[in-house]
Amino acid sequence: MPHPDDTPQSLYEGMVPLARLKDRHVYRHVIALVVDNETGVLARVSGLVSGRGYNIESLTVAEIDKDRQLSRINIATSGTRQVIEQVKAQLGRLVPVHEVRDLTDEGPCVARELALVKVACTGDKRAEALKTCEIFRANVIDTTPQSFVFEVVGDTDKIDAFIDLMRPLGLVETSRTGIAAIARGPAGFLSDGLSPNTPS
Amino acid sequence: MTARAAVLAESEADTFMSGARLILKALEDQGVEVVFGYPGGAVLPIYDELFKQNRIRHILVRHEQAAVHAAEGYAHSTGKVGCVLVTSGPGATNAVTGLTDALMDSTPIVCLTGQVPTHLIGNDAFQEADTVGITRPCTKHNYLVRDADQLARVIHEAFHVAREGRPGPVVVDIPKDVSMGQGRYAPPLPRGAAHKTYRPRTAPDARAVREAVALMAKARRPVFYTGGGVINSGARAVAALRELLALTGFPITSTLMGLGAYPADQDQWLGMVGMHGTYEANLAMHDCDLLIAVGARFDDRVTGNLAFFSPGSKKIHIDIDPSSINKNVVVDVPVVADCGQALEALVAAWKAETAPRPGLAGWWRQIADWRGRDCLYYEQKGPVIKPQYAIQRLFEIAKDRDPFICTEVGQHQMWAAQFCGFTRANRWITSGGLGTMGFGLPAAIGAQIAHPGALVIDIAGEASALMNIQELSTAVQHKAAIKLFIINNQYMGMVRQWQEMLHGGRYAHSYSEALPDFVKLAEAFGCAGMRVSDPARLDQTIRDMLDTPGPVVCEVAVDPRENCFPMIPSGKAHNDMILSAEDAAAKRITGEGLALV
Ligand SMILES: Cc1ncc(C[n+]2csc(CCOP(=O)(O)OP(=O)(O)O)c2C)c(N)n1
Repeated sequence: MPHPDDTPQSLYEGMVPLARLKDRHVYRHVIALVVDNETGVLARVSGLVSGRGYNIESLTVAEIDKDRQLSRINIATSGTRQVIEQVKAQLGRLVPVHEVRDLTDEGPCVARELALVKVACTGDKRAEALKTCEIFRANVIDTTPQSFVFEVVGDTDKIDAFIDLMRPLGLVETSRTGIAAIARGPAGFLSDGLSPNTPS
Repeated sequence: MTARAAVLAESEADTFMSGARLILKALEDQGVEVVFGYPGGAVLPIYDELFKQNRIRHILVRHEQAAVHAAEGYAHSTGKVGCVLVTSGPGATNAVTGLTDALMDSTPIVCLTGQVPTHLIGNDAFQEADTVGITRPCTKHNYLVRDADQLARVIHEAFHVAREGRPGPVVVDIPKDVSMGQGRYAPPLPRGAAHKTYRPRTAPDARAVREAVALMAKARRPVFYTGGGVINSGARAVAALRELLALTGFPITSTLMGLGAYPADQDQWLGMVGMHGTYEANLAMHDCDLLIAVGARFDDRVTGNLAFFSPGSKKIHIDIDPSSINKNVVVDVPVVADCGQALEALVAAWKAETAPRPGLAGWWRQIADWRGRDCLYYEQKGPVIKPQYAIQRLFEIAKDRDPFICTEVGQHQMWAAQFCGFTRANRWITSGGLGTMGFGLPAAIGAQIAHPGALVIDIAGEASALMNIQELSTAVQHKAAIKLFIINNQYMGMVRQWQEMLHGGRYAHSYSEALPDFVKLAEAFGCAGMRVSDPARLDQTIRDMLDTPGPVVCEVAVDPRENCFPMIPSGKAHNDMILSAEDAAAKRITGEGLALV
């Protein structure tokens, strides 16, 4: 959803209405980048984030176009408006970055992550764990008489909730992918027409 | 590229060449005339190729840090990309300070580093360092070239990235097997195609320009605040800035890095802004109703305490780097563009804007009042030379020779900024963002190499001068007739000043015991050396220094206790300046001063 402050004439590059920049609330934003899949690109992005002290909740990277060697990086970060704008501008400055998109601003978007959750339990707790698994539409992908490994997919809150419920049942380990996010609707990503799924 | 070069490039496109030859050819096609460097095992093939040609001149420095600073001096004084060549491991790590300096001051540099052969990378080989890893945060971009076929393309791209947008240093790390291997040459691509992603926006958005001019036309207390971006943008930006100032009649101040873009001898010039800026510049920033920032980044030395920074103004910010906008100070009208193009657009729009404009007479009266404080006042009396006097006399005597002035870092740097009234751009070369002691001497050598006939002076503190003093040897070898003007106060003056103000005068390790005899030191290097301590002999000594051919070291013994004022102590606002230790009130109330305050 475009922000209510974004009247068409105010939206030129770099323009962020003052009222928004002065808002001291902390918001969570999902930012997606398309980058050249070259050695060191992840180090560049993560080094920038740590070097400038930004708060990153999740960062995922994977190749999305083999022919053109493009990768996509999804970053979930939180900060004030001014900080979020800085994060995007700084990322945009990296030479191998093709495009930076603020999925939260451009909304609506969907974000998912996958978690593998290992729970060691016996007796009643096993039944309880399986019931929870069913409610969350998780899958059992490994089991022994003393343990399960669940696979659960969803947004971050759902996965957090699942893990919280598993904790008293004997949670021993979790492995999460971090989020993959994408905008709803038909529009593709790259504004220069080089959408990763259009042949060049 | 010239037509002839294009034909040559064409014909060579299919021939294999050694990696080292490819590197030299790429540099030639980029118009490189000088490389500042230092050899070592990993770059020997490149040095061998340098030996076989005579189109590119190599300046052998005495420390790799100095190679980068010299390239910075070359770049600042010419507007071209400075080029550096160093070996792997310690060669590359020694260059890191220079690269960081260039990043902070947006200086275009391409630094070629040697690397161990690809099959040894990661094995802790002799003189291996993870150069790409180490330099990632201190370069605009860096590359490791793993294939000789890629060498030419990567080097051309490196120059493109260093030069375009907000300039900066770029490292190209070249393993020895790559420079010894064989590959095909690729000529430089035209500007628009030079990089698949890196194409910074240079033209301003018309809406932004319209909004900016609308604010300018209404302003009652406007001020321009310009920075190094104007100078980096080049002669067009400098010309457009001057035209816009003439059209608007607005006052102007500038950062340390922006000095010279607007002539200091004009009435509209308020002097430098910031921690050691003038009273009138800082108060104008504080009290203005419109701040027009051009190629400046609201650095903390400039803004003082952000909470109290220019509280009542609307702000326009022109910058080619979108991340500079709204970083420290939020602005009303951002203009993401090359300064030159944006200023030209403002000139055109201002000429077309016909709305009645408020007069600025009241604002100028206020500024005249502030000027009446004579904030740079000092008194040269008694038998000891005041450092301000030494610098003021130096500039006065040298200015008709259109000098390039470099500095080190400390009090002398701030005094130089206050007392050298630059009237041209690219004449002032200093380390602003990083504040690197040891910058000035090699930077002066770089500027002198670029302008062999010009007068190039490094104004130095004795402590800073010692940080890269070995470069005197470079100056002698390459006949760079720089003048090293050492303001010797025996202290790390700026450190001593802070200790005096913040640490109860406990001068922990800021006094330099056992300073060398600078005259003998100069002579040991093969330079001329001179010394002056008598104010009456100062002018003549300066003239002697300027008239002595070849590199000269001139040591000026000055008052060791002088402090640099005005000063906005860190954490304070622009209207909370300290004007001087004891004089502000007392000295001011004399003669004309009385009428003004
Ligand atoms: C490489 C480096 N180390 C330390 C500092 C911190 N520092 C800033 S100014 C200064 C003293 C400079 O003394 P000098 O060169 O004699 O100049 P003065 O202030 O006396 O004019 C020091 C140590 C620095 N800027 N750079």
